[in-house]
Amino acid sequence: MSMINTSDILETIGMITSENLDVRTVTMGISLLDCADPDPKKACEKIYNKITEKAARLVPVVEKISTDYGIPIINKRISVTPIAMLLASAPTADPVEYAKALDRAAKAVGVNFIGGFGALVHKGFSAGDERLIASIPQALAETDIVCSSVNIGSTKTGINMDAVKLMGGVVRKAAEITADNQCMGAAKLVVFCNAPEDNPFMAGAFHGVGEPDCVVHVGVSGPGAVRAALAKLPKDAPLDEVAELVKRTAFKITRMGQLVGNLAAKELGVPFGIVDLSLAPTPAVGDSVANILEEMGLESCGCCGTTAALALLNDAVKKGGVMASNHVGGLSGAFIPVSEDDGMIKAARCGSLCLEKLEAMTAVCSVGIDMVVLPGDTPAEVISALIADEAAIGMVNTKTTAVRVIPAIGRKAGEELDFGGLLGYAPIMPISTYSPSVFINRGGRIPAPLQALKN
Amino acid sequence: MKAVITVVGKDTVGVIAKVSAVCAELNINVEDVTQSIMQDMFCMIMLVNLSRCTQDMDAVRARFAAIADEMGMELHITREEVFDAMHHI
Repeated sequence: MSMINTSDILETIGMITSENLDVRTVTMGISLLDCADPDPKKACEKIYNKITEKAARLVPVVEKISTDYGIPIINKRISVTPIAMLLASAPTADPVEYAKALDRAAKAVGVNFIGGFGALVHKGFSAGDERLIASIPQALAETDIVCSSVNIGSTKTGINMDAVKLMGGVVRKAAEITADNQCMGAAKLVVFCNAPEDNPFMAGAFHGVGEPDCVVHVGVSGPGAVRAALAKLPKDAPLDEVAELVKRTAFKITRMGQLVGNLAAKELGVPFGIVDLSLAPTPAVGDSVANILEEMGLESCGCCGTTAALALLNDAVKKGGVMASNHVGGLSGAFIPVSEDDGMIKAARCGSLCLEKLEAMTAVCSVGIDMVVLPGDTPAEVISALIADEAAIGMVNTKTTAVRVIPAIGRKAGEELDFGGLLGYAPIMPISTYSPSVFINRGGRIPAPLQALKN
Repeated sequence: MKAVITVVGKDTVGVIAKVSAVCAELNINVEDVTQSIMQDMFCMIMLVNLSRCTQDMDAVRARFAAIADEMGMELHITREEVFDAMHHI
């Protein structure tokens, strides 16, 4: 048939229909640097106007591409300049008002989420940063689709432990004041080390200061397609063949993302930023990163061998994806969010996956301790210390790490939280109850690590 | 503007006839057809040209979804560019 092989056609259709292959998100990055104003009312008006103008056509254009081309595109999102930068020039402003302006604008254009209610404080706080951080719990409780992220460390600067100390309390409070809504506030908040400035995925998306005024990024998905490809390999196929097959599949998935990105950028008249070639799972059966690891030959995700299998997967996804796109960025790798991944949920429930193993896994994949539900009585210092541990892994390994944990206020180990939709559901995972409080309360900075003499 | 129509399901009489009839109705030109039976599943792939189609894609999809329902088969319309991107370097 013409230039296209029938088996290629059937493979693609099968990937889309039975293996959950989709473009997870088209995210428009919008700079709000020109919206700063000493008068908070004016600033919020400018924010609303700029977002609704730039993103006016985002949703219809992306939906039309999906219909015309027959490619499922799940989310339309917006990322903006970290709002703390706008607060710097408005010392009397209430940051929550800015969050509400973001929420209104995002709803007006019909996107699923808007990210960027955040601050970059990896070396210290500038004007506006501490006010924004303190307002995060309230802002997330009083808005619906605003996401927040704070970058507290980097390989070049070390870790801002004053910010780490603050963020433990912020995560806990975000959960406390949304306790009647599955502690949802904390599910919309990420604490980063080495945060990428062009990440299209939530909750961590924000529009970095080095980005153009407006840009379109694409995040692909496709763990189901990778797992299905691996299922066809014989169980005694060597791991080189496993890696090769993952690469081939990642290439195809990424090409679909690149196509959508090019089309969207052209139609919207803005530059195409990057393809984030992450394997992003969903709670749907089969659309799971954990299942890929199990397909490689692990009885249950979290058993010994999981870190090695994940390292292979993450690297092969990058190698396959890089050639498929002219600009790769964002997080790009395998995501391991517990509540958003059917296989991870099962592994956490049966006890094969524990928090300590997840932490080890984050050293070799693209994010961190993500969508993990903690016991409701977990103290702020313990959350801060978990953030510090993750940040240290990211800092030393020159990679992004993040923490998005949800203390299940009023609940204990054995119970579950259900966030609904793509955020999924998860059992509470036990965490060490020994206190790191003296360490956390020291504050200060952990110095940047050596980049040589690495062992 | 070319697209690939795939129909997969339990083999019944008149699949190609029904799909072709809708193509004619919407002024969609059929350029190539291939079909096979795989594990008792009928599988038809049709390459079509939508350049002179009289309806927009929403209407085209709705029309084809209706006959797919009628036949009890899965029908997908995917633009040729998707396969080019995924399978050609």
